[in-house]
Amino acid sequence: MIEARALTKRYGPKVAVDNLSFTVQPGKVTGFLGPNGAGKSTTMRLLLGLDRPNSGMATINGVPYRDLPNPLRTVGALLEARSVHTGRTAFNHLLFLAQSQGLPRSRVQEVINLVGLGEVASRRTGGFSLGMGQRLGIAAAMLGNPEVLLLDEPVNGLDPEGILWIRNLMKQLATEGRTIFVSSHLMNEIAVTADHLIVIGRGRLIADCSTREFIARSTHQSVLVRTPDPARLASAITAEGGQAENRDMGDGGSPALTVTGVPAPRIGELAAASSVVLHELTPQTGSLEEAFMELTAESVEYGQSSRQPTAETPPVATAERSGQ
Amino acid sequence: MTTTASPARTAPPARHTGFGHLLLSEWTKIRSVRSTMWSLILLAILALGLTGLITGITTAQWGSLKPATRIQLITNPVDTIMGAGVEFGQLTIIVLGVMVISSEYTTGAIRSTLLAVPRRLSMLAAKAVVFTVLVFVLSEIVCFAAFFLGSAILHSHVSIPLGGTNVARAVIGAGLYLTVLGLFSMAIGGLIRHTAGAIAGTIAFVIVLEPLSQLIPGTWGDHIHDYLPTAAGRLVYAVQPVSGQVLPAWGGFAVFCAWTAGLLIAWAVTLQLRDA
Repeated sequence: MIEARALTKRYGPKVAVDNLSFTVQPGKVTGFLGPNGAGKSTTMRLLLGLDRPNSGMATINGVPYRDLPNPLRTVGALLEARSVHTGRTAFNHLLFLAQSQGLPRSRVQEVINLVGLGEVASRRTGGFSLGMGQRLGIAAAMLGNPEVLLLDEPVNGLDPEGILWIRNLMKQLATEGRTIFVSSHLMNEIAVTADHLIVIGRGRLIADCSTREFIARSTHQSVLVRTPDPARLASAITAEGGQAENRDMGDGGSPALTVTGVPAPRIGELAAASSVVLHELTPQTGSLEEAFMELTAESVEYGQSSRQPTAETPPVATAERSGQ
Repeated sequence: MTTTASPARTAPPARHTGFGHLLLSEWTKIRSVRSTMWSLILLAILALGLTGLITGITTAQWGSLKPATRIQLITNPVDTIMGAGVEFGQLTIIVLGVMVISSEYTTGAIRSTLLAVPRRLSMLAAKAVVFTVLVFVLSEIVCFAAFFLGSAILHSHVSIPLGGTNVARAVIGAGLYLTVLGLFSMAIGGLIRHTAGAIAGTIAFVIVLEPLSQLIPGTWGDHIHDYLPTAAGRLVYAVQPVSGQVLPAWGGFAVFCAWTAGLLIAWAVTLQLRDA
């Protein structure tokens, strides 16, 4: 379990992390989202004891990182910034880390095989590609077989096979009851991997909820309907208390409506009752990316009016969207 | 690439990592980077090569040397033997001492180090111990080798017994001087964190500041000069005191050690306070 309590970090006059509190639970993958400069990497560094907070506290399994005995056996971390000596081989990099934790040399070979770096383990890391460097970082994180993993942008530079591999690895590790905290700027990646989300903007907490809830709360639920007779259907929907807007699909097909306030099955029933032919009836669920854009756009507004969104009631977007 | 991640669970011991593990880890770090080994090889080549060259030329030119120079060589041959080798050898020690820590910052490896050993003073202590032992052993080997090489070459003109007055102290002292200089450079590397800046800064401190202080007239100049770190440290490998020397040999070495300790403490304090 990872806990941040009222963390604040300033670099000169700039507040990078502002009174940030959250808990990362074991047994699931928790995604860490925020626009560039939101304070994700700084938060990771505070959790790992690399930077000192100006106030507040970060603990892992109830203990500050600096007080963990053999920290790599409890926490594995992959940092976004490079953290290997370019003149040292991958094997020796992992070996000195293993030795500092009292781990056997055989464990180094195990993690090298785990991440598929066997062929280049004896090469100096200066010549590594971004993807190879990333795999080495993951090997270092897995070295102590930790209960808690903090991964900053783990899929950076990985090929599709590597992305699939790290996604499955994270899910499997979570199933084993470990705590997985992963930041990414790739929304789709987070959407398919994370069970839970912590979203920050300008160093403050914007949302702390399940991925599904996050999408549902912050995007409109609407239904796309295509019919040769939009006027009749629209009046039926309005009579039902919903809203129907004409929408130009620009493909020369049948006219389209964007319906809100009436669920898709009910629209079908209304169409049948009024003998309107339907060509298409598609519920539109927002993507994580849209939800993220809306929420973080709001965080800027809230930031300017100095109102603090709280974890319990994240602001729900109300602005009208043009849809897809 | 395997898709499974089911490594054998190792039961984590409840206590902190033993200091022995940290020493082993720092030893792996120091031996697995090429620049370390090259610096030490260069130290041996420079120290032995220059000692051989200077004493060799001296022997070859013996007949055409000025009488004063000849008397100087006969009365105090050790300072000629040790001087050249140590003066040049010390540059490699400065580079090595700085790089051992600054390269961790410039490559980012310091983050891996501090994630593994978040108790930063333990990391500093382990690094300093491993480095000191390594440099001490190699410096002493190189200094004794330089002495025996130089005295063998000069043998036909002057005999230099290791048991002569202050001779053993000077040879051992030269190795000690290089060892403490390494720690001195490492502390500056840890404080400045940039390889080029730290090397330039240390060399300026050691090579530029020291002669400058000799421009200060009178006994003030003598005192200031003798209390500068490497000028003080150098006294330990000089067989004969020079005119105007304020400190005794071991006293000078103690002053050098005090400077180094001060810098190490400053490094330790900033290491604890600064973000990595």
